[in-house]
Formats: sequence, structure tokens, C-alpha cells
Amino acid sequence: MEELLSEYLPIVVFLGLAIALGLVLILAAVVLAVRNPDPEKVSAYECGFNAFDDARMKFDVRFYLVAILFIIFDLEIAFLFPWAVAFQDISMLGFWSMMVFLGVLTVGFAYEWKKGALEWE
Amino acid sequence: MISADISVVLPELLLAVFAMGALLITVYTSKDKAAPMVLWTTSVVLLATAIWIALSGGGTRVAFGGMFVDDGFARFAKVTILLSAAAILLMSQEYMLKRDLLRFEYPILVTLAVVGMMMMVSAGDLMALYMGLELQSLALYVVASLRRDSVKSTEAGLKYFVLGALSSGLLLYGASLTYGYAGTTLFTGIVEAASEGISLGLLFGLVFLIAGLAFKVSAAPFHMWTPDVYEGSPTPVTAFLATAPKVAAMALFARVVHDAFSGVVSDWQQIVAFLSVVSMFLGAIAAIGQQNIKRLMAYSSIAHMGFALMGLAAGTVFGVQAMLIYMAIYVAMNIGTFAFILSMEKDGQPVTDIASLQMYSKREPLKALAVLVLMFSLAGVPPLVGFFGKFYVLRAAYDAGLGWLAVAGVIASVIGAFYYLRIVYYMYFGEDKEGLDSGMNPVLWGFLMASAGVMLLGVINLFGVEGVAAAAAATLVN
Repeated sequence: MEELLSEYLPIVVFLGLAIALGLVLILAAVVLAVRNPDPEKVSAYECGFNAFDDARMKFDVRFYLVAILFIIFDLEIAFLFPWAVAFQDISMLGFWSMMVFLGVLTVGFAYEWKKGALEWE
Repeated sequence: MISADISVVLPELLLAVFAMGALLITVYTSKDKAAPMVLWTTSVVLLATAIWIALSGGGTRVAFGGMFVDDGFARFAKVTILLSAAAILLMSQEYMLKRDLLRFEYPILVTLAVVGMMMMVSAGDLMALYMGLELQSLALYVVASLRRDSVKSTEAGLKYFVLGALSSGLLLYGASLTYGYAGTTLFTGIVEAASEGISLGLLFGLVFLIAGLAFKVSAAPFHMWTPDVYEGSPTPVTAFLATAPKVAAMALFARVVHDAFSGVVSDWQQIVAFLSVVSMFLGAIAAIGQQNIKRLMAYSSIAHMGFALMGLAAGTVFGVQAMLIYMAIYVAMNIGTFAFILSMEKDGQPVTDIASLQMYSKREPLKALAVLVLMFSLAGVPPLVGFFGKFYVLRAAYDAGLGWLAVAGVIASVIGAFYYLRIVYYMYFGEDKEGLDSGMNPVLWGFLMASAGVMLLGVINLFGVEGVAAAAAATLVN
């Protein structure tokens, strides 16, 4: 039991440090910072939109397009990481499988580029 | 090792490479101006692949450690899929050009959907199954909403996407349960795990898998999306949705129940029989109120899927053979019917109201006769080919001891005959008023007449499809 708990000691230390550092930063802001509030500063920040507003607002469809095109490459990275970590152990088949996968993605990328999906206007 | 694997999947591989190559070449050169050329090339490539697969030798070959199976059953389904996709592409051209819908992506997306379908019918593993299914579905979601400026088409695409995602979710849940309780995703492994009785978890997995597949074949009670998607999609896309994907999904259904769960026939038989009887009756009764021919064809396809599932419910070699014959006949009938629907227009605008067919026989006797043959065949009136499709599945169900299912099928087909015959009634005995434009694109005319001709001449020996289907079914069930 003792042994098991001692294995978790680093985590306890880490938790303690995290709480301490968080407290230090918050308290430092209370003690040291210059305070000069105005309505804009104290309101919640929400990526350029009003925080409390009708949710059914018009939203440019191009945001979705960019987001979707981004997700593809985001996922590609998710596949690349384990591949890269295991690079020492995989065979040539593993290497070329990933190359084919990247090739297929590149075809899609070349298509969307030429099609103009990446241009805002 | 890898080269042997690749030689098995070569048709799929070449089609995928063709799709990507055509995409890049066209987008970097003439774009939509080359769309008719891409469409024709794709059609020829699909046809050539169909001939290649049909002529390639018999035997069962397995690739990628059992994930991909190339057997007689898969080849039968693939040839049907490829031929129907090639035919639908050729039929689409005029309709899409006229409405400024013909983008060069359309034939390429159809090719990718076909690659997905070929993957589905050859799947020997739950992963391969899901990959093929998603490749097919994603391409179909896009073509369903091809007419971007139409509310109905975008609605069709969205509904198809949301419900398709739901069905994929059900299927994946079933697949994960199956994996959890069988310890493998390979169909051969699942058979072993279920060899001494099916565990409760595996049974749940089976039920969810079947529910997901029933969504894809639009069997009731998972049919809700079908009428709306059929109505909203551009008509050539509707024609495509009604043919190739149905064959693929039905073949996949057969493969899952006969390859992965072949030891526990009685467990899935009752589910499939239930789906079958509900689909037949819902398709027959719900179509009665439809005035829109595309919605009518949607309900008709639900009813036909019910009949095909009846063959599957038998759980025998003959049942699978009957299902394959039924699907081949169904596709042949639908190609002809949709060739006619594509040509239905008034003042150059497409019409889908069946009342516009009033007294069509007076103006276009030959075409009306062809449609009459097709409608009688869809209804299953002897001695047309459609009757033989129904005859086979009814016999399969009866032989397997499902007499009640066969009786239900006969009753449902009598009810369903009403709406097919109503179209014939309108054409021959309706009120005479201003109807459809005369004239028809020669390609569509050719497909309509060829399909009607097949329905008449096929009664001699069904063009030999019976023997091929028997051989194909024998490779699946053993």
C-alpha cells in the first residue's frame, strides 16, 4: 500500500505546485496590478462576439468551410504522431502506407486550392 | 505478400486512382466545361471495370489478412453496381446539362461512391465494412445536395447526412459490442466466437449492426429518410440512390449475416423477417397517397427492399440466390422507370406529378407501352420478369419454413399493385388534358426501351442470371 501510494507522490507534488502557482498568479493580480475598470474590460470576452446576445445570428458560412478544411489536416496530424513515434519499428510497408495517405490528402488539398475554397473573397 | 494483396483489390485501386486523377486534371484544366467528357469517360471506365470483374476467374481470394474478400458473391454484386452506375451516369447528362447542374465533380463523386460500394460488398471485417460504407455514404450526401440553390435539395442532403450519421452511429455501436464480445473484428473470428451459442452481448451487437444496415437499405422502420431524400435530390441522383447503393447495402447485409453470423441463423432470421414484412406493407400502403412520382418510387423501393429481405430471411443458399436475382431485376426495372421519369417535362421544366401522365398513351403510344410493361413488372404481374423476382423470394421463404412471410408478401404485393396500376390507368384511361412534352433524349429512350425489352424477353431464361446468382450465393453460404 505504502509503495503504491509513493508511486503517486509526483502527482501530489505536481497538484500542489499547480495550485500554489495558480494562487500566486491570481493574488499577484489582486495585490500588484493597476486597476482601471471600464465596461468593456470587465465584460466576458467571447472571440469577438457579444457574450449575451441572440444565439440565432447570421454567421458567415465561410467560417464553416475553413473549419472543415482545417479539421482534415488536424486529423492528419493525429494519424502522423503515432506513426512518427513508432517510426523506428515500422516496416517499409508502414512508411509507404502513410505516404499514400498523405498523397490522397494532397490530391484533395490541390483540388480545394484550385477550386478557390481557400480564398476569403 | 503485399503485391498479392494489391492484385486482389486492383479494380478498386484503379477506380480510386482514376477518380483522383480525373479530379486533378479537370480542376487544373477546363473545369465544368469538360464535365460531359468526364461523365462519359467515367461511364466507360465503370463499364470496362464491370466487364473485367465479370471475366476475371472464379475462386475466392482473400487480401489483407481476411479484411477484403473477393468471391463470386462479391463479383456478382460488383458487376450489378458498376453496370447500374454507368447506366445512370449516361442517363444523367441531358437532364443535368439542361438545368445547369452538370459539375465535373458529379461523375467523380459517383465513382468514389462506387469504390465504397465495391469495398462494402467485399468486406470481410467490421473495419473494412465501415470504411466502405462511409466512403459510399459521404459521396452520396454530397451528390444528394448537388443543386445547392434549391431548398429541397439541400434539405435532402442534410436529412440524408443527419440520419445517415445516426445509422452509422448505431452500426458502430453494434460493431464495438460485437468486437467486445467476440474479441475480433474479422468475420471469420466472429463466426468462431458465436460457434457455441451466441452470448447476450454479441446478440445486442448483431441487432445494432442489423439496425444500422436496415437504415442503409431503407427497410422499415428505418425508412423515414427515403421519401424526402428521393424527392429533394436532383432526379438523376434519385435514380442513382435507388439502384447501386441498394444493391451494395443489401449485399453487405447478406455478407454480415451469412459470413459473420452464419452459425446463429435463427437469431437474426426473426429480425430480418420482421424488417421484411414491415417494409413490404409500409411500402405498399404509404405509396397509395403519393402524387409525386419520386416519392412514389421511394415507397416502391422500400417495398422492394422488403421482398429482397424476404430472400435473406430464408437463411439458405437459395434465399441468397433469390435475393441476388431480385436485386438484379429490381435494378433493371428501376433504370428503365427512371429513364422515363427523367424525360418527364412540361414546357422544358421537370414534372413529377403523376396526374400529368393523363392520356399519355394517346400522344406517345410506344413510350406509354414501355412504361406499362415496367409498371406491371414492378407490381409483379406474371409473366413479366418482375414476377419471377417475387416468385424466387417467395419460394425461398416458403422452403425455409416461413410460410406466413410468403403469404404476407403476396398480400402486400397485391396492395402495392394499386399504385403501379394507377399510373397505367392515368396513361390509358385518364381525362384528356394538356400533358407532358413529347420528344425524348435518345439515350433515355434507349434505356427505357431496353429496360422494357428486358422485362419482356427475360422471361425466357432471365438472361442466364439464375445460374450466375446460384454460383454466387454458393460462395457466400457454406
